[in-house]
Amino acid sequence: MNIDIEEISKDFNSTFALHPVSLSIPSGTLVALLGPSGSGKTTLLRILGGLEFPTAGRVLFDASDATGLSVQVRRAGFVFQSYALFRHMTVFDNIAYGLRARPRKSRPQSGEITRRVTKLLELIKLPDIGARYPNQLSGGQRQRVALARALAIEPRMLLLDEPFGALDAKVRKELRQGLRDIHDTTGLTTVFVTHDQEEAMQLADLVVVMSMGRIEQVGKPDDIRARPKTPFVREFISA
Amino acid sequence: MISLPSPTGRAAQASRRPFRSATTEPLVIKWTLIGLCFSVLTVLLFAPLIAIFDEALRRGWAFALASLSEPDAQSAIRLTLLVAAITVPLNAIFGIAAAWAITKFDWRGKAWVITLIDLPFSISPVVAGLLFVLMFGSNTALGVWLVANGFPIVFAVPGILLATLFITFPFVARELIPVMLEQGRAEEEAALTLGASGWRTFVTVTLPNIRWALLYGVLLCNARAMGEFGAVAVVSGKIRGQTTTMPLMIEMFYNEYLSVAAFTMAGVLALLAFVTLTLKSVLEWRYADQLAATHRH
Ligand SMILES: Nc1ncnc2c1ncn2[C@@H]1O[C@H](COP(=O)(O)OP(=O)(O)OP(=O)(O)O)[C@@H](O)[C@H]1O
Ligand SMILES: [Mg+2]
Repeated sequence: MNIDIEEISKDFNSTFALHPVSLSIPSGTLVALLGPSGSGKTTLLRILGGLEFPTAGRVLFDASDATGLSVQVRRAGFVFQSYALFRHMTVFDNIAYGLRARPRKSRPQSGEITRRVTKLLELIKLPDIGARYPNQLSGGQRQRVALARALAIEPRMLLLDEPFGALDAKVRKELRQGLRDIHDTTGLTTVFVTHDQEEAMQLADLVVVMSMGRIEQVGKPDDIRARPKTPFVREFISA
Repeated sequence: MISLPSPTGRAAQASRRPFRSATTEPLVIKWTLIGLCFSVLTVLLFAPLIAIFDEALRRGWAFALASLSEPDAQSAIRLTLLVAAITVPLNAIFGIAAAWAITKFDWRGKAWVITLIDLPFSISPVVAGLLFVLMFGSNTALGVWLVANGFPIVFAVPGILLATLFITFPFVARELIPVMLEQGRAEEEAALTLGASGWRTFVTVTLPNIRWALLYGVLLCNARAMGEFGAVAVVSGKIRGQTTTMPLMIEMFYNEYLSVAAFTMAGVLALLAFVTLTLKSVLEWRYADQLAATHRH
């Protein structure tokens, strides 16, 4: 799905989180929103997912206006920074949640739900943990379950807020490749937030560098590395 | 304890005690604390409880039970159960609504409302009762009108309900607010992104996450609803057989030197508290695995 962001701005009671920003994301791209803390990455991601509404500007999905669409209708697979797994449900029930929440006529039969959840557990390479509770998982396992839960609703796009933020370096590397693989097999337009420039450069097709509520530069990793547009970008990617 | 590295036997001995965890106290302190705790419990809790039942059963079971089957006593028990049955569910709903609004949304005047929730705790129950008398009593136009239309509030059951609602309002909200603040909004947001409606999110995510705090709040609310004395004493007018709840009945019996009746009624009230506590323990034991799973790691 193509995503177009047109002159989106957001202020929280007079503090500006986003100055008008514009961005076009071609269908199937893996995009990194890169920037220091407080630069507006999460705000932009939440606006895409429908968890926050812009003060001004428009969001277009495949060229049709989606600005006012509710979070449920947008069907964005969202992976939260702290994963936000339902702590009172097993991993299986977590992943099945979105399927069971569908209106009766589009809800799959329970056998079909089991089949899909099993498949997703295989996709994230954790086939045997369906009966466990989130607090019985490691951080990396939780992250993968959160990803599977987001994928279960057959999302139109994938939005991830610092998906590897809370993990150690070795696990990060593994999961990075995991995300790349899942992106390549599903072909979903994927936006992830990070403040780690190495992660953004390695993983993304398109990197969006942000600072203080503005987009400083958009480009392929190599272009950004070779031709940083502003002093901020040069400094940030060399850090 | 820091011991300098030394090859002597004493240092080796001293450092051979790593099995004691940092939070373990020496035995003397441990037993002193336990003993202290027990003496306090004995003086403040067990002794009075035993005294109640001892006094109630002084003339035997039959006599005690007979005092309960008296019409006034029966009416008091029925009224107290009725008041609890109406006010506890209502305050559970109000408490959830208040805690939900306070913790999951940002709005103007929130800090002010949080303070307001505590109001029933901070003013004397007698004053609370007087408040309702002043508002709905026969000295106001509203009160006169209500009586004329056959719906008296003061010196009638509706007044008792209002006063009890007011007094027990904070219990559920107070239990829920810290739990819901700690849990944040992320799980609810996740449910919404997965396509769940607001109501479904509330039922399948919010409620299960707060159920233990809710149960606890409801039990406290129930205990107070059945035990409230001051506010109810003022609004009820203490009409025997009509507006007399169990605590009021106990006082009446006691003032009339019917000490067996008074203590038997007190025993019943204490037993009701026991039932709720036992219920809670049973539930906690039954769902121990879920409790462990829903707690933070
Ligand atoms: N709910 C809110 N209320 C008020 N201000 C907010 C809110 N959410 C974000 N902000 C402000 O908006 C700005 C951008 O925040 P945002 O969370 O988008 O940054 P970020 O780039 O995700 O930072 P981080 O890397 O630390 O997560 C910050 O100055 C922040 O204080
Ligand atoms: Mg952020």
